[in-house]
Amino acid sequence: MSLKTEIHRDDLASKTGMWLFLFTEMLLFGGLFVVYSVYRYRNAEAFHLAAHELSIVFGTANTIILLISSSTIAMSITAIQKKNKTLALLLLGITIFLGLIFLANKYVEWGHHIKEHIYPGSPVLALRGQGDVLFYGLYFFMTGLHALHIIIGLVFIGFIVVFIIRGNVTSDNFVLHENSGLYWHLVDLIWIFLFPLFYLIT
Amino acid sequence: MDISLSLVLFDYLKLTEIMENEKNHIVPYHTFLLVLAGLIALTLISVAVTKIYLGTLTVFIALFIAAVKSTFVLRVFMHLKFENRMFTVMVIAVMLLIGVVIFITLLDYLFR
Repeated sequence: MSLKTEIHRDDLASKTGMWLFLFTEMLLFGGLFVVYSVYRYRNAEAFHLAAHELSIVFGTANTIILLISSSTIAMSITAIQKKNKTLALLLLGITIFLGLIFLANKYVEWGHHIKEHIYPGSPVLALRGQGDVLFYGLYFFMTGLHALHIIIGLVFIGFIVVFIIRGNVTSDNFVLHENSGLYWHLVDLIWIFLFPLFYLIT
Repeated sequence: MDISLSLVLFDYLKLTEIMENEKNHIVPYHTFLLVLAGLIALTLISVAVTKIYLGTLTVFIALFIAAVKSTFVLRVFMHLKFENRMFTVMVIAVMLLIGVVIFITLLDYLFR
């Protein structure tokens, strides 16, 4: 086997593909933001009051957790570019850890609402009127869809960890690592808008 | 003819230069930490502002801060600042599209 073949790679194209996918994600959440703005306009008072029941402390903590995790995954790309495999793995580990803490917080928050009989389809919530039903319907759906993206992002980053250990992702072939970072940042980006729209309209 | 050819060549050279830079561009760690500090500060400001009663202005301030934060995330964390211009143009186009859809929908609801 003396025949050497060069494997063709087009990093710009794979990154472009990732961005195109991210645009569909932006439009998906964009559609939900359209729904949110119309319902909020029509039920301003109910949205205003319902938002008081969300914990600003939890929301702020989760925002900061996601921001830190975004910076750690961004730094892990710098680490892999500088051939520092250990640091890259450590930073990705921190990112996964922070993502899990975010989910745990979300679990506590949702658990608290459900314990108070506030969940989509709840008869107690229905008694409180249309505005509250819409607010919590959107709250559970949008934060739930966002949490699903967190889970997918964590799996994606988990793969990158394995690829770095195995040597598939290296200092001169890290486009997959960059793409996982892009996905994670998008999840962060969506939360940046979800947070003020649900928690800070009091 | 000559001019257009040289323009094409110039564009090509510029593109390869960009691609070359992109491959070698390493963002230093402290840039990310600095941006992170800014983002956390903006989050806290955004929370603090809601404690002050400003009426409808509150929403616009919250959204403005969110927009500033997302610009930082897009440009630094997502490397748009160091990337081919094409990506920035596409991101702006998608954001504008979402903005226009929200605007038109609200026009309908506000003035029906």
